[in-house]
Amino acid sequence: MATETKVKSPPDAEIMAICDRFGSDHHRMLDILLAVQEERRCITPSTMDTIAAVVGVTRIAVEGVASFYSFLSLAPKGRVTIRLCDDIVDRFSGLDAVVAAFEAELGIRMGETSADQAFSLEFTPCIGMCDQAPAAMINDVVATKLTAERATAIARALKQGMSPAEALVADHDVLSPYQRVRALVDNNIRQSGEVLLGQVPEDAGLRAAAAMAPSAIIDAVEASGLRGCGGAGFTTGRKWRFAAAAPSDRRFVICNADEGEPGTFKDRVILTERADLVFEGMTIAARAAGAREGILYLRGEYLYLREHLEAVLAARRARGVLGANFDIRIQMGAGAYICGEEGALISSCEGLPGEPKTRPPFPVTRGYLGFPTVVNNVETFAHVARILDRGAAWFHAMGTEKSHGTKLFSISGDCARPGVYELPYGLTLRELLSLAGAENAAAVQVGGPSGTMVGRDSFDRRLTFDDLATGGAVIVFSARRNILEIVDYYMSFFVHESCGYCTPCRVGNVFLKKAIEKFRKGQANDDDIAYLKDLSATIIETSRCGLGQTSPNPVLSSLQNFPLIYAALTKPTQDGVKATFDIQSAISGARDIAKRRSYIFDKDFSK
Amino acid sequence: MSESFQFRIDGVEVTARPGQTIMEAADAAGIYIPRLCDVEGLRHQGGCRVCTVKSGGRSVSACTQPAEPGLEVENDSAARNRVRRDLVEMLFHEGNHLCPICEKSGNCELQAMAYRLDMTEATRFPWLEPCRDLDASHPDIALDTNRCISCGRCIRASQDMDGKGVFGYVGRGIHRRVAVNGADLAHTDAALADHAMHVCPVGCIIRKGEGFQVPIGERHFDHGLIGHEIEDRARKDGRK
Repeated sequence: MATETKVKSPPDAEIMAICDRFGSDHHRMLDILLAVQEERRCITPSTMDTIAAVVGVTRIAVEGVASFYSFLSLAPKGRVTIRLCDDIVDRFSGLDAVVAAFEAELGIRMGETSADQAFSLEFTPCIGMCDQAPAAMINDVVATKLTAERATAIARALKQGMSPAEALVADHDVLSPYQRVRALVDNNIRQSGEVLLGQVPEDAGLRAAAAMAPSAIIDAVEASGLRGCGGAGFTTGRKWRFAAAAPSDRRFVICNADEGEPGTFKDRVILTERADLVFEGMTIAARAAGAREGILYLRGEYLYLREHLEAVLAARRARGVLGANFDIRIQMGAGAYICGEEGALISSCEGLPGEPKTRPPFPVTRGYLGFPTVVNNVETFAHVARILDRGAAWFHAMGTEKSHGTKLFSISGDCARPGVYELPYGLTLRELLSLAGAENAAAVQVGGPSGTMVGRDSFDRRLTFDDLATGGAVIVFSARRNILEIVDYYMSFFVHESCGYCTPCRVGNVFLKKAIEKFRKGQANDDDIAYLKDLSATIIETSRCGLGQTSPNPVLSSLQNFPLIYAALTKPTQDGVKATFDIQSAISGARDIAKRRSYIFDKDFSK
Repeated sequence: MSESFQFRIDGVEVTARPGQTIMEAADAAGIYIPRLCDVEGLRHQGGCRVCTVKSGGRSVSACTQPAEPGLEVENDSAARNRVRRDLVEMLFHEGNHLCPICEKSGNCELQAMAYRLDMTEATRFPWLEPCRDLDASHPDIALDTNRCISCGRCIRASQDMDGKGVFGYVGRGIHRRVAVNGADLAHTDAALADHAMHVCPVGCIIRKGEGFQVPIGERHFDHGLIGHEIEDRARKDGRK
């Protein structure tokens, strides 16, 4: 323990009570800090001292967690914190006017907290509402389809003392948790498929699984051809088989509901409309792998879904399909995209900063708290429940040779019908765009920033694991959009979301972002295209996890599919002088100091 | 020992025991794989990525990847070393590494790695020029995190060897950095005798009251490239 020379403040009973609520267990550090943040709106050094002493870790360990997550804060935040989503889709949907309206009404700028500590205004990356952008989180609720007028009205209501829920939903206190969710956020289900969004019977898959041996369940899931729906596409049955085979007396099943890839919001809709199916799938996985404990890791941005999900869990316990042999707790995230990576997600569940773990060992052998752990995406678990109900052959028959079943696509951006589409794997991008009313798309980001940006010559490619793979995001851009603005935004996203553990991702992405800025300013040379490629290759090759291994994709795929945009912005080297060197900005400091213009570089020096 | 097996690094056969990483087996065989965050006696972190090798066609960090029978590892090739040079350059550009005015010059592993990897031309990366306060609060030790390369050796040494926890990481992404368990170093239980104070590969953790005792030109890496001790093992054994 640190030997503090300053006088210790008296023990803080309220903080100690919060620690107590979580068993004073350091593995619940994230829950403790989230509770403190909600209560105090700030995590101070003395609070960290108290928590450290109570749970038995060093203060620097507490600070490591508190300083990692975007929704935890070492500086005081307002009683109401408004987090405007600044995703590129929001930017293209009138975000500027919404920002201006909030700033004007609240009298603070973005990034500031009001003097009376009533309000904080800040930006946050994609909150999973791209189909109803611009959107914002207001404490524990979500405001969508914002306009300047709506923002002003909301800010006024909040200033008059209404709670965020009151300001957004009429009669919110008489609504059920599910009704409140539906009143806040539209589902925008545009196409229901046979597997998930059509009619589904209650617990039919679980009943079938209960009559099967665990190995038979794994056989069925493997035979169905189901692959992980979060993006990586690992065969689900094989994952379960490894976990079941790992010798241990304790195993875990974790559902990854940290849907953070910008432009993805299908899990939001599944959790709203098919939460039972997800928990059913987790229960089946628990039976197959021999787990008694489960965790749903819910991204901090989906806090508004928590009550609804707790209600579904409670109903399942009351119905007797949960709680006896297997139970599930909800772990809230706190604003960190990296926690969608399964090792980072496990770290986060363990109360640590969301840093990926060294692989091997893999989570199936050494996962949560060191025990074998199955981590699957929301959609994957929902599929499992349906596969056990209808049979592996039924699922296997849908889709293509290597991509079976249906997939939920989240479509947003410049299209007439943004929303969620459940379709069998294997349709072409053109078919999907036509369904969404995006025939005039000029560029499409398939799979979000970590996926691929394609142009019209790629619209006949197929949406499968082998061709155009996607965890669900399909973001449409019309010819009016500036490709480099999009790439620049996506690189700033990865810079913001890199955990910083490894050099290439932590530093390399900053350099990539700066290089793109150079192109946008028209200061790039021909050599800079090779520089972008070399730097990207190093980041991809040496990064420790999937974030860094895919973060250069916006640059590389736009370079490949829209080379003329880059070529048009480069200036050749002339007479050995690089156009990249901007003499005017270089001498501006000297000009300020000398309080005169340059004799050589200012043509109008004599004036 | 009885279960030892063979694999190859750049075509040279290497013997490993189960549980050994590629790097541990390479060290024992006198083959040097460049590294910065990894150091003998501490847990492996796998953060700097300088030890990235190709193993079975995949890029892995040699300090964390288990050796396996029959592996074909590519280590000392132009392509691997070019990527390593990029990583070392990134670390130079991320912090403020001004060798001529740094007490660590000549004993600095980052500087030595730059020499080993032929970082001799002007670099292309932008400079990030951090401006963090110097922590000179402690009577014996000064901390200049502008020179930190996030290797985390001090963190692991303090936790695992000293049983203390003086250091830790705070922040995320490019803002992630090493910080101390208190308001400043003087408000921690750090002591000069701690192992943690002697594992820093760069000039971030510096001993006070003692500067340039060994003249430049006679310092550790003035006598040989970084890694030569490991490579000398192979020469002594008459291999290679």
